[in-house]
Amino acid sequence: KDKEDDENKEDDSCSQQNRASKRKSYQRKNSDRKKAGEEGSRQRERGKKTPTKDQKESENKGRKTNKKGKEGENKQKKDRKNSTTSAFSHSSDEESLSEEELAMLMEQVEQKKKLISTMRNKPWRMVKKLSVLREAQAFVEKFEGALGKGKGKKLYAYKMMMAKKWVKFKRDFDNFKTQCIPWEMKIKEVESHFGSSVASYFIFLRWMYGVNLVLFGLIFGLVIIPEVLMGMPYGSMPRKTVPRAEQETAMDFSVLWDFEGYIKYSALFYGYYNNQRTIGWLKYRLPMAYFMVGISVFGYSLMVVIRSMARNANESTADGDDDNFIFSWKMFTSWDYLIGNPETADNKFASITTSFKESIVDEQESNKDENIHLRRFLRVLANVLIICCLCGSGYLIYFVVKRSQTFSKMQNVGWYERNEVEIVMSLLGMFCPPLFETIAALENYHPRIGLKWQLGRIFALFLGNLYTFLLALMDDVNEKLAEEDVVKNITRWTLLGHYNSSVGNGSAATPPPLDPADVPRGPCWETTVGIEFVRLTVSDILVTYITILVGDFIRACFVRFVNYCWCWDLEAGFPSYAEFDISGNVLGLVFNQGMIWMGSFYAPGLVGINVLRLLTSMYFQCWAVMSSNVPHERVFKASKSNNFYMGLLLLILFLSLLPVAYTIMSLPPSFDCGPFSGKKRMYEVIQETIELDFPLFVAKIFSYVANPGLIIPAILLMILAIYYLNAVAEAYQRANAELKKKMQMQREEEKNKRNNKASTNPVLQDLEDLLTPSMKSESQPKQREDKKIESPNKISPDGKQGKPAAVDGSPMTSGRGAAFTPPPHVFVTQPPTLGVRPPYPGQPRPRGHPMGPVPGRGRGQPGY
Amino acid sequence: VYRLHGRYHEMAPNVVPMDYTRDPDVKLPMQLIINMPELKENPFKERIVESFSEDGEGSLSFNDFVDMFSVLSEMAPRELKAIYAFKIYDFNTDNFICKSDLEKTLNKLTREELTAEEITLVCEKVIEEADMDGDGKLGFADFENMISKAPDFLSTFHIRI
Repeated sequence: KDKEDDENKEDDSCSQQNRASKRKSYQRKNSDRKKAGEEGSRQRERGKKTPTKDQKESENKGRKTNKKGKEGENKQKKDRKNSTTSAFSHSSDEESLSEEELAMLMEQVEQKKKLISTMRNKPWRMVKKLSVLREAQAFVEKFEGALGKGKGKKLYAYKMMMAKKWVKFKRDFDNFKTQCIPWEMKIKEVESHFGSSVASYFIFLRWMYGVNLVLFGLIFGLVIIPEVLMGMPYGSMPRKTVPRAEQETAMDFSVLWDFEGYIKYSALFYGYYNNQRTIGWLKYRLPMAYFMVGISVFGYSLMVVIRSMARNANESTADGDDDNFIFSWKMFTSWDYLIGNPETADNKFASITTSFKESIVDEQESNKDENIHLRRFLRVLANVLIICCLCGSGYLIYFVVKRSQTFSKMQNVGWYERNEVEIVMSLLGMFCPPLFETIAALENYHPRIGLKWQLGRIFALFLGNLYTFLLALMDDVNEKLAEEDVVKNITRWTLLGHYNSSVGNGSAATPPPLDPADVPRGPCWETTVGIEFVRLTVSDILVTYITILVGDFIRACFVRFVNYCWCWDLEAGFPSYAEFDISGNVLGLVFNQGMIWMGSFYAPGLVGINVLRLLTSMYFQCWAVMSSNVPHERVFKASKSNNFYMGLLLLILFLSLLPVAYTIMSLPPSFDCGPFSGKKRMYEVIQETIELDFPLFVAKIFSYVANPGLIIPAILLMILAIYYLNAVAEAYQRANAELKKKMQMQREEEKNKRNNKASTNPVLQDLEDLLTPSMKSESQPKQREDKKIESPNKISPDGKQGKPAAVDGSPMTSGRGAAFTPPPHVFVTQPPTLGVRPPYPGQPRPRGHPMGPVPGRGRGQPGY
Repeated sequence: VYRLHGRYHEMAPNVVPMDYTRDPDVKLPMQLIINMPELKENPFKERIVESFSEDGEGSLSFNDFVDMFSVLSEMAPRELKAIYAFKIYDFNTDNFICKSDLEKTLNKLTREELTAEEITLVCEKVIEEADMDGDGKLGFADFENMISKAPDFLSTFHIRI
């Protein structure tokens, strides 16, 4: 520090100029044409010695000049050295540098390098940065060579060159990588128009797309492609053939649209797969692979969701969530500098204003709470209403699914009857959220809490719907299972009869003359479930797109073009433009993903459909947002709610895992379709593999491990571990809270201390004020005495009383006129001070004080 | 940088030369800069431009221009951003954010839709919250301390070009 100061002082403009010119002469070979101009401008700037620059900058500058000074010294030394050694031999002048000088040089080069790398972070003017950077680069270039000695010099230079090339390559590669991030530009564009919260939705969408792409790759690579390539071709088996009765209509579009006909008997669905243990020349174990992929889809999704949740949590805790600076943050960080669209800006202004008003109201009403009973009543009422809604929608879905079962038994039903379930579910999803919103208006929650409640309720609605749908499906499945038994017997009998006839013919090897299309077959409940899920997904996609098209685009077109000839202002009035509803969209996405997870076990192609959906919706929604939406008026922060979404995703993942696990563990698979046909339970495929393909001792170990006597202790151990970790985490949290509290206390204490000081300051200042005029007026001494008597009272007050005094008193050092009046509840003898003032209104205020703009700290202390 | 130069050039094609090797001394007045679409809606546009301009009056040379967008880019570190944010919010350039600065900020943020009492209340609150050394205004230390804890400062204090 001292040295720095010395240097600073010593570095007057004269010597600088000297040095600069010297340096110029040194670096002429490296300097380009611009150099001279830069140097000149730098000097110009330094000559100004800018008064506006803040302290830190000047400190930096000091450091810089310091460095420069050293460098200059060194150069001089080197210069001298060079001149002396040049007499002996010019070639060895590098070697003639003494060791310590070399070390010093090395250090300096390092320093310069560091400077170059951190240049970007220094708050300097660009001109200065440029010049310093050039200097440093030139220095490094020049002396880097000198470090490597004699023979190694070339190698060293080569190495350096390679390092530079490598750095350049890395930078190019980074650029390339950022260009490869899909839709980065699109998202950025949206972000710059609508602010970061809308962009967070698209980032979420992109993330989802990535996850789905991985799942898709998994399923396609390990299940569908092997089946298509190496499995038995279409038409070779009953399960891979369209039944005779359906064959005429199997290619009709309406049938295909319902995922019947040829699509039903394709690799997209569970039923197509064969129960052969190994297929093709690779001996690929398809049933095993199918099972493992089904499990690993869930495993991978769980892992990804939890990992990203943990990362988010880390970030959010790193930010710290103390609410000490509500107003300051609102003041300084609420404006989103990305906003470049007038409408968005208007909205942002409005939202900032409302948020300020809100927090003012909060602040004012934090202690008083009136009519709590009415509010409580209203909240209970609202919850009851919402539960009624949820139950009603659940029942409606149950009813509809039941009805659809009767429809499915009837022949030639209309389009509406066939798609009733999907339509009802989509309609519920469309109309219930606004209903909830109106009900939520009763509750009068704080908007952010209200939003959470709203999200939770919509989520509950979706979930309830999904689960009633599932329950109804379960009923269906049970029915089908019963039906299956009957069909099984029939099939066995027909096959038996057929075999008997063929054995009678004496040629068991001949292919059965019975066409695979004619074999009677069971209903294959897995495929049915898969078809239901696919249909639901597709109808969901359609409804979403149509909503966007009609609700947003048509509306926007209507508003924009009809506005010219309408009786009221459409843009500001009733229809206006649609808002981009982030929460609704995110929930839709989450819900959809849940369906995908549930359905992917029964319909491996579902993930492919979902990938397509996400891909198109990325473009479509981007376009819709840019063309026809205005941003949401109520802005909620992306960073905080991200984890909330992730939590919802995790929940739905878990909930969608449950039914799949149930079917795997405890429902018998259908006997004539799917990779697990012929087994009692689906998971038997693992046991089979272990018994047949692994050596004996593995099977033995496995049977030991699967023993309930071992599993129960393991589960217990896991629970204990979770409990322990939980307790540890809680303890940490508590310690954290304690620390935070301590810090807060310390801060408060410091503040108080300062305040006490400050509260003495006004007194002193008053005294001073009184003193200076007292030369002229006679009445002053008396009041001075008054003051003096008062002053002990003022210094003594404890924290509580002293704080307001300081808050009001502290401006006294800065704002001169208005802050003169101290708060009345501390100063008992207020009137006299006020009385003193009028006689000297126009007088320049305290003479002893400097009039400069920096009157702040420690002014009271030196005065007295 | 090339894109920036393109933008800079495009604002005043007749003044700004395409090639900078001869180091011309060209400056653009504030009026042109604040009409950039990126800055147009920003309530602090004048302050931003002023605090980055070398002469303090709002004209930017190309170097200043580059400087501005490098500070407001995503890559800039928090401390650097804090320094310039402080400068931007310091309306009367006295190296402190005092009450009048706060009031101006607030008025720009809300387009003067708050009443006078509300404004004074908010300003007092801000000072009470963030003022560590009790001098009734925010020095840079106070400001940095406050801003370093703000969760979305980094995400909001940048401009993309």
